[in-house]
Amino acid sequence: MSTKRKLVVIGAGMASGRALEHLLDAEPDNWDITLFNAEPRGNYNRIMLSPVLSGEKTYQEIVTHDDDWYAQRGITCRFGEKVSAVDRDAKTVTGADGIPLPYDKLLVATGSAPFIIPLPGHDLDGVIAYRDLEDTNAMIDAAAKPDAKAVVIGGGLLGLEAAAGLKMRGMDVTVVHLMGHLMERQLDEAAGYLLRKALTDRGINVLCSANSKEIVGEDGRVKALLLDDGTELPCDLLVMAVGIRPNTQLAKEAGLAIGRGIHVDDQMVTSDPDVLAVGECVEHNGAIFGLVAPLYDQARIVAKTLTGEDAAFVQKEVSTKLKVTGCDLFSAGDFADGEGREDIVLRDPARGVYKRLVIENDRVIGAVMYGDTADSNWFFGLIKDGEDISEMRETLIFGPAYQGGDPLDPMAAVAALPDDAEICGCNGVSKGDIIAAIHDGANDLATVRAVTKASGSCGTCTGLVEQVLGVTLGDDFVIPAAQSVCGCTDLTHEEVRRLVKSQELKSQQAVWQELGWKTKDGCHVCRPAINYYLLADWPVEYQDDPQSRFINERKHANIQKDGTFSVVPRMFGGMTTPDELRAIADAADKYNVPTVHVTGGQRIDLLGVKGEDLPAIWADLNKAGLVSGHAYSKGLRTVKTCVGSSHCRFGTQDSTGLGVKIEKKLWGAWSPHKFKLAVSGCPRNCAEATCKDLGIVCVDSGYQIGVGGAAGMDVRETDLLVQVPSEQEAIDVTVAFYQLYRENAKYLDRPYKWIAKVGLDWVRERVVDDLENRQALIDRFALSQSVYQKDPWAEHVRERADSYAPVADLTLQAAE
Amino acid sequence: MTSWIDIGSLEDIPLRGARVVKTSLGCVAVFRASDDSVFALHDRCPHKGGPLSEGIVHGHKVTCPLHNWVFDLETGAATGTDEGEVATFATRIEAGRVLLDASVLEKQTAA
Repeated sequence: MSTKRKLVVIGAGMASGRALEHLLDAEPDNWDITLFNAEPRGNYNRIMLSPVLSGEKTYQEIVTHDDDWYAQRGITCRFGEKVSAVDRDAKTVTGADGIPLPYDKLLVATGSAPFIIPLPGHDLDGVIAYRDLEDTNAMIDAAAKPDAKAVVIGGGLLGLEAAAGLKMRGMDVTVVHLMGHLMERQLDEAAGYLLRKALTDRGINVLCSANSKEIVGEDGRVKALLLDDGTELPCDLLVMAVGIRPNTQLAKEAGLAIGRGIHVDDQMVTSDPDVLAVGECVEHNGAIFGLVAPLYDQARIVAKTLTGEDAAFVQKEVSTKLKVTGCDLFSAGDFADGEGREDIVLRDPARGVYKRLVIENDRVIGAVMYGDTADSNWFFGLIKDGEDISEMRETLIFGPAYQGGDPLDPMAAVAALPDDAEICGCNGVSKGDIIAAIHDGANDLATVRAVTKASGSCGTCTGLVEQVLGVTLGDDFVIPAAQSVCGCTDLTHEEVRRLVKSQELKSQQAVWQELGWKTKDGCHVCRPAINYYLLADWPVEYQDDPQSRFINERKHANIQKDGTFSVVPRMFGGMTTPDELRAIADAADKYNVPTVHVTGGQRIDLLGVKGEDLPAIWADLNKAGLVSGHAYSKGLRTVKTCVGSSHCRFGTQDSTGLGVKIEKKLWGAWSPHKFKLAVSGCPRNCAEATCKDLGIVCVDSGYQIGVGGAAGMDVRETDLLVQVPSEQEAIDVTVAFYQLYRENAKYLDRPYKWIAKVGLDWVRERVVDDLENRQALIDRFALSQSVYQKDPWAEHVRERADSYAPVADLTLQAAE
Repeated sequence: MTSWIDIGSLEDIPLRGARVVKTSLGCVAVFRASDDSVFALHDRCPHKGGPLSEGIVHGHKVTCPLHNWVFDLETGAATGTDEGEVATFATRIEAGRVLLDASVLEKQTAA
């Protein structure tokens, strides 16, 4: 007979999930656990539904506990099953099968239910709440219809995240809010105004002081929302996000003491000593809870109570951040006006920044920030600790870097934080916890996150965690730059790439509009990057824009410092013929080319060609069968080879032949940066393959493929990706690697920089291990090549030779 | 006095691009912004002589292709921290034709 104690948990949400983690960390073998969940799935990070809705994350990315997690811990999962009854006298719980299941301890974690305003028509199809994955999927489906319209009732945290997500999905969105300004519980009027402006700027229609009267339907489906001033807002989807209420039905039926929520004491025990409750369903000292930080505190207490340790739940100050990309917003504490309270306000309209601190008795009691929330943790710390700020009052609003003398660098602000300062609000992780983890060997973000959970929930403190890593490890840790593409946007390259794919943005106008570009048509920094992302992700749909390319790529030649150009014809695998050499010599003579140079990529460079002569010299070279060498492109450059087994006594394979085959396959393709290859016929490596973006070294048993080499500003040897036995496989892996790089890297990152970010294992999984994915990459590359593998010289000679000449020549006119 | 010279049709200049007009005083770059407004500037960056006509046009600005200096097309002034100025010439669009004010060019030729 099992000596394990029986624990039944009702509800697999974030609070009960965290409680189980703590419990099983402390006592892995003492419990026989059954977990009921009405939703047909386990625990996922509900806070991250907003990024799922907006397309910035997938559901898989926000799963907290997968099937393996439950299986490894021997938890019996009864998902998609509602509990029909709890019998506290018999100490049993009854599920869908009608068989009573005994428990020693019961944990009620039934969460909360969205509040649905009983307006006429609230039960129509298309009227939903925003609570779980089903709601999220319903919203995603509704947004897929062309010209779909949505109305969101409720301008609080959840409603605005829903509205922003639907807008990013392409819907026409109106927010209807009863109060005078948005998020009135967290924001004051000024910050509410800035938020409203930011949302309006991105095309969301916001109505405040608007009272809903009736939901109008047609054939049982929602058609419009009618306001009491007579305004009718047509919609295909109506989201109600006006609040939540604790789900107490089951607890009530079981006869537990309830008020607004299930009453619990400081140990999270209900009116029945064998029944505990946790999460949004509970009421503690008259308060109910909707934010994750206190729920995680409760979860820790639940685990301790179950294991017989003394612990008490204490309510703490909570802070709020809005998870809408591009809207930085923070609020904490009490910021109502009142006698004896003073405000310190900083406004910077040009940057859209507003900060307000509410001071009472020389202590900060409330803070609201919009546009720049970098110092929010420091201010939150002042509020929680009730620190006397009279000494630094004059410079307080400028943040920690300005206290005590000269402005310091941002790292200093983090360095100055005390060990008990909270870094991750969601998980209650202090700076000291993170430093301890680092001293125990966690030396990057992923490991710190795995060990401490810091930045693992809503993710907004990621930057701070990285700064703690930086401060603690010094030069051993380089903070990854999360810089925006340029001044036209706050988004990073990675975010733009992801959004271009997930939102299916297929033109530059769509990117500028949908991602809220601040400039009319970009700048010289973002335009080439966006042009590349679009042509790489949508080779068929998107038309390459020459006006968004730097001159070298627009003119298919390298501009020199005197304004002349260089011309480099392609020599596949470094092979040429007497005829080609004659054509090059003739062209050099005919166009008075002052300099002829042999490049490091095994070809010939004609330097000093005048811009207007380009089409003519290209036409001559084309006649001899020569095409552009793309020596100017962020794209495939050359495949350098040695002569291999055809001549060399050491050669193990036909390195020249393989090099030619690879170059014939890859030429003409664009990529985030230039891409150079080499194939050496033996490990003596005469083609210098081990410092290329991709280099192949032939050996007796096959082909060693290395990636991520460099021989420029940085010098770096390649890392072995894989060794393959056949030439065909070597070609396949090369193409798949190039396509993976093309699809994922940041513009102007060479492969070695990109690999440093994603990890070689990540690359290997996709290119080497997963054969299906390898083939998919090859197929997508082939599709792109069907459009882009063409000689731009021939095309320009044929179609736009005129554009190389002056549009008018007034020197001639003047002479007439 | 202005003296308008027809240098070509608006369509000859790519949107967010430029074409060059050769004159006895050097090349003039004629830009067409995304709103179809047209600007003419001396085609020579005051920094290292880069051909502005080959730069990326964004808003009413152009970025020099050699070292990324950015010039205001309306005034010819360098923007940001860079200092310098490029001569500008008046332009006009009439019935889809681009007209360039060559009076400055003529005056200087005569002088």
